[in-house]
Amino acid sequence: MTTSESRRTFLKASAAAATASAAGIPLAGGQANAQIGIPDISWDKAPCRFCGTGCTVLVGTKNGRVVATQGDPKAEVNRGLNCVKGYFLSKIMYGEDRLTQPMLRMRDGKYAKDGEFEPISWDDAFDIMAEKWKETLKNKGPEGVGMFGSGQWTVWEGYAASKLMKAGFRSNNIDPNARHCMASAVVGFMRTFGIDEPMGCYDDLEAADTFVLWGSNMAEMHPILWSRLTDTRLTKEGSEVHVLSTFEHRSFELADNGMVFNPQTDLAILNYIANHIIQTGAVNEEFLSKHVNITKTDTDIGFGLRDDNPLQEAAANPNSGKLTEISFDEYAESVKPYTLEYTAELSGVPAEKLEHLAKQYADPNRKVMSLWTMGFNQHTRGSWVNSLMYNVHLLTGKISEPGNSPFSLTGQPSACGTAREVGTFAHRLPADYVVTNPEHRAKAEKIWKVPAGTIPEKVGFHAVQQNRMLNDGVLNAYWVQCTNNMQAAPNMNQEGWPGYRNPDNFITVSDPYPTVTAMSADLILPTAMWVEKEGCYGNAERRTQMWRQQVHAPGDAKSDLWQLMEFSKRFTVEEAWGEDFVATAPEMAGKTLYEVLYNNGNVDKFPLSEIQPGHPNDDANHFGFYVQKGLFEEYAEFGRGHGHDLAPFERYHEERGLRWPVVDGKETLWRYREGSDPYVEAGSEVQFYGFPDKKAKIIFAPYEAPPEMPDEEYDLWFCTGRVLEHWHSGSMTRRVPELHRSFPLAVIYMHPEDAAARDLRHGQEIKVSTRRGEVTSRVSTKGRNKVPKGLIFMPWFDEGQLTNKLTLDATCPLSKQTDFKKCACKVERV
Amino acid sequence: MNKIVATAAALLIALGSIAIAQELRDLRGTPPDAPSVVNMSLQWEGREGRMVRNYRQQPPLIPHSITQYQIDLRTNQCLSCHDWTKAGERNAPTLSMTHYLDRDGTELDHIAGTRYFCNQCHVPQADTEPLVTNLFQPSSTD
Repeated sequence: MTTSESRRTFLKASAAAATASAAGIPLAGGQANAQIGIPDISWDKAPCRFCGTGCTVLVGTKNGRVVATQGDPKAEVNRGLNCVKGYFLSKIMYGEDRLTQPMLRMRDGKYAKDGEFEPISWDDAFDIMAEKWKETLKNKGPEGVGMFGSGQWTVWEGYAASKLMKAGFRSNNIDPNARHCMASAVVGFMRTFGIDEPMGCYDDLEAADTFVLWGSNMAEMHPILWSRLTDTRLTKEGSEVHVLSTFEHRSFELADNGMVFNPQTDLAILNYIANHIIQTGAVNEEFLSKHVNITKTDTDIGFGLRDDNPLQEAAANPNSGKLTEISFDEYAESVKPYTLEYTAELSGVPAEKLEHLAKQYADPNRKVMSLWTMGFNQHTRGSWVNSLMYNVHLLTGKISEPGNSPFSLTGQPSACGTAREVGTFAHRLPADYVVTNPEHRAKAEKIWKVPAGTIPEKVGFHAVQQNRMLNDGVLNAYWVQCTNNMQAAPNMNQEGWPGYRNPDNFITVSDPYPTVTAMSADLILPTAMWVEKEGCYGNAERRTQMWRQQVHAPGDAKSDLWQLMEFSKRFTVEEAWGEDFVATAPEMAGKTLYEVLYNNGNVDKFPLSEIQPGHPNDDANHFGFYVQKGLFEEYAEFGRGHGHDLAPFERYHEERGLRWPVVDGKETLWRYREGSDPYVEAGSEVQFYGFPDKKAKIIFAPYEAPPEMPDEEYDLWFCTGRVLEHWHSGSMTRRVPELHRSFPLAVIYMHPEDAAARDLRHGQEIKVSTRRGEVTSRVSTKGRNKVPKGLIFMPWFDEGQLTNKLTLDATCPLSKQTDFKKCACKVERV
Repeated sequence: MNKIVATAAALLIALGSIAIAQELRDLRGTPPDAPSVVNMSLQWEGREGRMVRNYRQQPPLIPHSITQYQIDLRTNQCLSCHDWTKAGERNAPTLSMTHYLDRDGTELDHIAGTRYFCNQCHVPQADTEPLVTNLFQPSSTD
């Protein structure tokens, strides 16, 4: 619209209004109302649906629809600010292709693996699904069924799912997409501190003097935390920002010291910093002797590939996480080879830059906040590198106090709150309990009121293993909720796709939209999302936050919670557990899983009268009790008095979230520090109470090369990642026209000289290939990412270009998290 | 127009429980195991004139290319037209006054540090159609 046109329209409208008002005719549409606002939008808080930052937004609804969203000024995390994705949350539920009815692959009116999707009723959908699950349970036992979930599940959805799998189907084959995202961070926490999640909080972003980004592009992936960090850098005298990555990205725009290192050499750089601290006498000896044990980890542990992979067979200690105590002197000797000269040579980072970085950690007068995400976690030595980071903070005692903060950021809105805290991993139970510990299982069985021995001891299949087992026909009945794993999981051509399409398998996918994963399924279940249900998320700083349902889901779409609980009604314990096990608990005989798991006196304890008036709650009304509160309170029992205390349910509906442990109504900002953490005993100053001796561990690990490096044929590093405008697989953001237009397709970032050497021009169509597959894309030699020679970067949000046809399914052998950052590729003209 | 879309959508939703075949198509357009299709060009065509906001709180979209713009520790080129001190003479929209409040709400004469990187919220638009229609309706269309 040109200015003159718009002015003409305006004048015409004004004239019409004047005429109408003179004639006493009220204008349809209430033009006067629009000008003199009668408030007609109701606003209510909700956490953002996107990243792990956990901003609170205000959601504006009118006539049963979301009509606007804005940053919540009362939220401590974002104080009224959002990133561009957050500002467009209002549109994520309104893609025209929302799924509104179950769809089954059929031929001639019957299910057929190679059939076309046709609509069916929920009843028929659960009939066929239950038939397939019962058949699998009968033939294969609990190991033949599995579930893949999400750090986007609400707390109670993850909890209900974990309970359904571990106590209902007596199978630990449940894992979240968070495995791809921060499993290495978890293993780092558990090995170093014996308890998961960061000790510090976002307040450190205002308190630190130096910020160091290790494999994290916060400017794009955590924009609101970046805006807080930027504010500190621009307003605090002497503050500095250091950024390390394998290529130059937007976070380098704020860097005082930007460093591009050769892939995998972060292991060496961290050992160099430790060496520098020791050599310059900067060790905080009192802190170290009082609060830290020193160990080394087994080396040459393989790459998490299939057991018959030659690289795996060549490893001396495959998958070993064994720790051996060593003396300080032995530790000092271990890091001694990592001299400035050696490390500069190996990493490709100029020596003066490395030294400037090391001095930040060594200087007792500078508070240092280290931040990391996928660069550390998606790493075949991800568990090692997380602990190497803590080594540096523990050597100097720069931890658990304002501004001194090693901080692992997360990608998904409830990667912490749901995936980690609820324990939706193949080895975990709520509140850091694990299935391999008999006392932990007994505790869970008691809270859940299920017979002793219900929960199996054996660790289930992790994410990557699930796709391998589908491919091998070991896992046959499989349910994916709230994630787009065909697009997200590594090595799609060799594992994911053949796994889903294996004729032995029946794959169910629950999603609001027809994603690539949904289209790869046999049964698609239409799913309610975000404010179409009451929910609870937990962000990266241990902040638990809730929201109320604000609108109804379209058509027959139902929440993941509704789906899980309704499906559980289809099984008697005899069918799920087998007659033999039921015989050991005759009081359970004849009951359905629904009755055992959710009608157990806990989950159904709170009446509908406790629901907030004025808000819909479709799930609660369907089941006849306040199901979200019942699940939350049962879940909270695991963590109360155990370092994971949560406040009473209602409190979270009043607050903009609270950071656990919440003891005596008070949240905890810095854990392990006396005066800030109620679990630390008076007079002790610091207690790392995750371990019985209340000490943290330094864990030495050396530099080891990655499994696949560029060679003569595949001559470039292939690195994957994200962009600001799209969140992960783009299943929501690409349906928002403004976000789509802001970054409409994935491009491959390449150094101009590498492009010239291949006779390529900016914008040209190219073919990228690895040993596993090929993808066509367009080359970009300019723009926001500046990659070094020898490496290309590809964001994976674009389902038109399935990036994971190229990636290698090598994982950290301890965390089982894939290294999506490093494999070898080649690029050719199309 | 929006009314018609809304009515059609409501009708679809009402009919949802009856089995009318919903056409299933992902954004990819080809099966997951087929080769990728790259049909869009990289051209970022500037749009003429400002774009209407969907709701008052929406950050305005950028109606021009910003590929050559520098925003870093040394300079922020966006401010050379959009800061309150320049906008009048450059005939450009002034930053929202919210951008001159720091995290604690203190009034500033220069842009707040939290708002320094404009492209966290403000993005240009490529001249391309949406992948799927979005049925969002702003509140102001009644």
